[in-house]
Amino acid sequence: MSKFFENPVIKWVEYRLPIFSFIDESVGSGYPTPKNLNYWWNFGSLAGLVLVIMIATGIVLAMNYTAHVDYAFESVERIMRDVNYGWLVRYIHVNGGSMFFILVYIHMFRGLYYGSFKEPRELLWIIGVFILLAMMATAFMGYVLPWGQMSFWGATVITNLFSAIPLIGDSIVTWLWGGFSVDNPTLNRFYAFHYLLPFVIFALVFIHLWALHVHKSSNPLGIDIQGPQDTIPFHPYFTIKDLFGMGVFMLIFMYFVFFAPNFFGEPDNYIKANPLVTPPHIVPEWYFLPFYAILRAVPDIWFISAKLGGVIAMFGSILILLLLPWLDRSKVRSSQFRPINRQLFWVFFVDCLILGWVGANSPDAVFHGVPFLWIGRVTTAYYFAHILLIIPLVSILERTKPLPESISAAVTANAKSGAGE
Amino acid sequence: MSDSAITDDKSRRDFLIISTSVVGAVGTALAAWPLVDSMNPAADTLALSTTEVDLAPIKEGQSITVVWRGKPVFVRYRTAAEIKTANDAKLEDLPDPQADKDRVKKAQWLIMVGVCTHLGCIPLGQKANDPKGEFGGWFCPCHGSHYDTSGRIRKGPAPENLFVPEYKYLSDTKVQIG
Ligand code: HEM
Ligand code: FES
Repeated sequence: MSKFFENPVIKWVEYRLPIFSFIDESVGSGYPTPKNLNYWWNFGSLAGLVLVIMIATGIVLAMNYTAHVDYAFESVERIMRDVNYGWLVRYIHVNGGSMFFILVYIHMFRGLYYGSFKEPRELLWIIGVFILLAMMATAFMGYVLPWGQMSFWGATVITNLFSAIPLIGDSIVTWLWGGFSVDNPTLNRFYAFHYLLPFVIFALVFIHLWALHVHKSSNPLGIDIQGPQDTIPFHPYFTIKDLFGMGVFMLIFMYFVFFAPNFFGEPDNYIKANPLVTPPHIVPEWYFLPFYAILRAVPDIWFISAKLGGVIAMFGSILILLLLPWLDRSKVRSSQFRPINRQLFWVFFVDCLILGWVGANSPDAVFHGVPFLWIGRVTTAYYFAHILLIIPLVSILERTKPLPESISAAVTANAKSGAGE
Repeated sequence: MSDSAITDDKSRRDFLIISTSVVGAVGTALAAWPLVDSMNPAADTLALSTTEVDLAPIKEGQSITVVWRGKPVFVRYRTAAEIKTANDAKLEDLPDPQADKDRVKKAQWLIMVGVCTHLGCIPLGQKANDPKGEFGGWFCPCHGSHYDTSGRIRKGPAPENLFVPEYKYLSDTKVQIG
């Protein structure tokens, strides 16, 4: 690296704009990284890769897409049949959306397990929650663009959620639609936002990384870096590890693109939107299913209607994540040293999976005699109880295991005994 | 300069800073309004807001669906039995109490927006072989709302009755909605 910085052209630029040292200190040999990061630390860079892929394929799709109710569906079909490699670009974009959510959900569960959201990384976590919200908005509006039956009815159901707001709800919905139903003005503005939001996400990712680099990555032990003996330079050690991860990830991603491109999709979305016929079973994209289950689980409570309560619970389920750094009072970050938290983490994880499964089923349906409505209610209650009650209580009452004295001490001890975690 | 001149100066500056900031903030908010309001329905969208329906071809016990403002409107020629069950329902049994006579202009013609008041799906019940729910009117399959023969919500998550739009009889067999 140092040789690179002696190059006169580099020096000339550096003197005026220190961009190369900025890159070097962000993802180069000038960025000290904990030496014990495991593969769960790959998911951030993977999400970044997918963001770039989404923007690249999105711009190419935009060149052939027509945002008008009479042509949108046909223009997507034309992309699939007539545009050179249009099918490939679209299938990458469509499956990329699903991959993005898988990666980000794993990335978040990683943070939950290893306590990455704790002091001094609270803002890093909070920015992450905002990235998730922006991704959800982007994906929701993107799904409307092909103007299939699920596009139309998903948009109708979700925009109608806002009518639950007392007094001004109906005016808000009319404003969102730009009309009296989901129609051409709605499609146009969704397209404008779908184009804009990924760049907002890009900016948020930038701030996310800025905050990351102030206190550096946490690590599986969750203890602070004490000195150079605990770190190795990001480049080449983690650039190569991230690249390896990308290779593995792309194999999985491309498996779906080439061999199961509609695996995550709904066949109904290949039927053109019909405002007069609702499909018998409306389901959102899989990554929204747990939230859809929460939306439908809430009954009438006192003066709050089920509709308003459901909307509050659904948005609340994401917004309470913002409070996590203050709900979890344990000084120990990593669940490796928190035996009770570690087990309950897995209970919470399974709870989220069940919520997703409930979201995919009709609430009237029955599973071995148990109505899905009730499975949804119990798992929704647990979701909130876990975050608002169990996490704070466990963090106060739990007896944690002793922490190693340093990252390097733990790593060398592991190397000697030949074990690793 | 005396001490009092200095404090005078300071409070004058505070006043200037606060007043100019407030005016600036209000100005910015006013300037944002056209952007926000541009997302409301445009004049041509509002202009499309009436639809005419010919009732002559509809037979007793039949329904048709017409489009008004991009939404389906259910027009049903109700049978005497349907009118009777609608009138027999006790108001205190209704989640959104409303008498049948307040929902129609002529008892046999029920005209209402066919959009579920829960989250906007279109209830089934227009076709002869559609499920009509437990109250013989309409059934919304999305989250299971049951409407009666007056289009009133009886069971399920929808909070309100199916919406009755403004309409007027242009003649005995012609209705203008909107
Ligand atoms: C955060 C990154 C993004 C996400 C999560 C995302 C998500 C989606 C989703 C889920 C769809 C629906 C796919 C379908 O069923 O057809 C879609 C469609 C679309 N997106 Fe994106 N997108 C992203 C970025 C972009 C960008 C940056 C652009 C344009 C510059 C773009 C342009 C389009 C277009 C034109 C369509 C409609 C064509 C189609 O349906 O295949 N997207 N997007
Ligand atoms: S939209 Fe009709 S029951 Fe939910």
